[in-house]
Amino acid sequence: MSRSRDEVVCSKSIPERMSGNEAVSYAVRQVNPDVMPAFPITPSTEIPQMVSSYIANGEIDTEFIPVESEHSAMSAAIGAEAAGARTMTATSSAGLALMWEELLLAASNRLPIVLTLVNRTLSGPININCDHSDGMGARDTGWIQIYSENNQEAYDNYIQAFPIAEDPRVHLPVMICQDGFITSHAVENIELLEDAPVKAFVGEYNPEEFLLNPGKPVSVGPYAVSAYSMEAKRAQEAAMERAGEVILEVAERFREMSGRSYGFFEEYRTEDAKYLMVIMGSAAGTAKAAVDMLREEGHKVGILKLRVFRPFPEKEIAEAIRRSGCKAVAIMDRCESYNGCSGPLGSEIPAALFRNKVMVETVNYIYGLAGRDFTVEHVQSVFAELEEVAQGKKEAPNHKYIGLRE
Amino acid sequence: MMGKDYSLKTMMEKPERLSPGHRMCAGCGATIGVRAVLRALHEEDHAVIGNATGCLEVSSYMYPYSAWEDSYIHNAFENAGATLSGVETAYKVLKKKGKLGEKDNFKFITFGGDGGTYDIGFQSLSGAMERGHDMVYVCYDNGAYMNTGIQRSSATPMFADTTTTPAGKVSNGKIQYRKDLSSIIAEHYVPYVAQTTLTRDFKDLHRKAETAIYTKGAAFLNMMTPCPRGWRYEMSEIMEICRLAVETCYWPLFEVVDGKWILNYEPKKKLPIEDFLKPQGRFKHLFKPGNEHLIELFQQEVDKRWEDLQYRCAR
Repeated sequence: MSRSRDEVVCSKSIPERMSGNEAVSYAVRQVNPDVMPAFPITPSTEIPQMVSSYIANGEIDTEFIPVESEHSAMSAAIGAEAAGARTMTATSSAGLALMWEELLLAASNRLPIVLTLVNRTLSGPININCDHSDGMGARDTGWIQIYSENNQEAYDNYIQAFPIAEDPRVHLPVMICQDGFITSHAVENIELLEDAPVKAFVGEYNPEEFLLNPGKPVSVGPYAVSAYSMEAKRAQEAAMERAGEVILEVAERFREMSGRSYGFFEEYRTEDAKYLMVIMGSAAGTAKAAVDMLREEGHKVGILKLRVFRPFPEKEIAEAIRRSGCKAVAIMDRCESYNGCSGPLGSEIPAALFRNKVMVETVNYIYGLAGRDFTVEHVQSVFAELEEVAQGKKEAPNHKYIGLRE
Repeated sequence: MMGKDYSLKTMMEKPERLSPGHRMCAGCGATIGVRAVLRALHEEDHAVIGNATGCLEVSSYMYPYSAWEDSYIHNAFENAGATLSGVETAYKVLKKKGKLGEKDNFKFITFGGDGGTYDIGFQSLSGAMERGHDMVYVCYDNGAYMNTGIQRSSATPMFADTTTTPAGKVSNGKIQYRKDLSSIIAEHYVPYVAQTTLTRDFKDLHRKAETAIYTKGAAFLNMMTPCPRGWRYEMSEIMEICRLAVETCYWPLFEVVDGKWILNYEPKKKLPIEDFLKPQGRFKHLFKPGNEHLIELFQQEVDKRWEDLQYRCAR
């Protein structure tokens, strides 16, 4: 790695208006990655289109590979990254599902590929709108997963993805997620960064070992018998464990450059909160608006917006909930697990609390599947119910659906 | 002219780029073919070798040992085409950005069995060929999924006894004719497609491999490589089996150069298909009394395809 960890060039903010897809494409232009294999799928299609336009106009020298499927997109990304090229791609929904086998290989071959996931529900029924079933379906593939609330976070997270992925302590692929249509297509205000500081922040990609290293050949993708396989998997998990500190270091450097702070999660009005909501993605914006209104009415409520889902910041989440001293937590899943009892966060957050001996009431809610609206009123009703549960007026509903047609 | 001064003896003096000590079976055609392809690489050139999952992969790169002298990448079963297209594109960028020197020339060759090429990897192969990456896809066609234990593929010849098309009391083995993948890839109008096998002096294979490697753009080599386990022949008979495949016109030697079909070898006297079928255990049931009509059907298909090929080459 030739990147200097200490030098951070501060950037001016450039106010602009753009969608989440535009913001990520703008970041791609600034990073100028070497290779982008991609196959179009709604709602991420605009990203390969916009990158192709940058290439067509000579603004970047990235090579675009118009592959014939998402499986081939991730396969080609693996080939390119293993060959020594900084590689990225973008996809959604079924596209990510088709990549599944290759997601595992990207991670196990320790290739720092960056993927923009524009979250969309998985079929069936076929539907193009947002939920997190695609990203959650890939939660155990060994990728770092960072979720964004809005276009600004999609942009900021994307720029941080490369230094996280390529750090020698990590060497894992990173998935930067934003909500389909809600974030990807809605145009909002954004503060962009200047090109030069972003380039300096991301640095040059100079891997230690790669296929196209003349005179120093390497073999990638071995068959490993049981005597070796388990160690490889443990080493991969150790890298995921190390990723946490690197994510925070990179966030700190990013703050120095941009003035914007990031952690594993954002705590919004959690100080002295009696009732907390754990939520991820664009719905956090809605939840914050509802919290502001409820606080004005005297309700002590707050939000824990999860940003980093993999590695799962188990101890930090538990500690934050303990610190808040809250009585009950609503765990919001924009995804069904079909396990008969909870969504993915509905399983992992209570496990985190239990393991860290934080004994609070939790209620798991499923909301916003396949683009179903999630409103301020919904948030208010969740907090109202949470209060009743905590006061013993009502038994905790388990795995409750919000906004379902009666 | 490629391969003009060819001599097998001289060729065999070149350093091997697939080291001995790998775990492929004795009498396996694949490794013989792979070594012949690699001999066509010019010594000064680097290469990245791709490999679909299969016998070759699990036997040649078993951690922590690699038999490959060049850089090598195995990704999965169905994506050798896409994987190498990523490597080749990376090469283009690194050259463009000055990260590789002018003399650092790499060639890109990927190997896949017929399972990884004709079947599960067909889409990935077709995509890579259509996009025109500067690479060679070499199919080592042994006519079944040998790595998983001899299941039929679309490259398996009709009537072959495999573990998913067993010959039995009411079955004569595989029902369908085999897919003609060489023609299908030729119809992609890539600059170079060739069909070859192990011939006595390996000149045909060598010349085609060299042409494929040193032709700019996408090239496809379909190389018939018998499998002693699946075909059930005596190990020492491998070269004779290959000769009979060519002499019966079961596996004709041809190439398609920029869309022009060229027949490379025409037997003086085309041998009957029985000569190819007889030494192989997988066709044993065809020689039971009362099954003569099956051999007749096989012969008709060989004749039809041979005529088609002659017509294409005469145009």
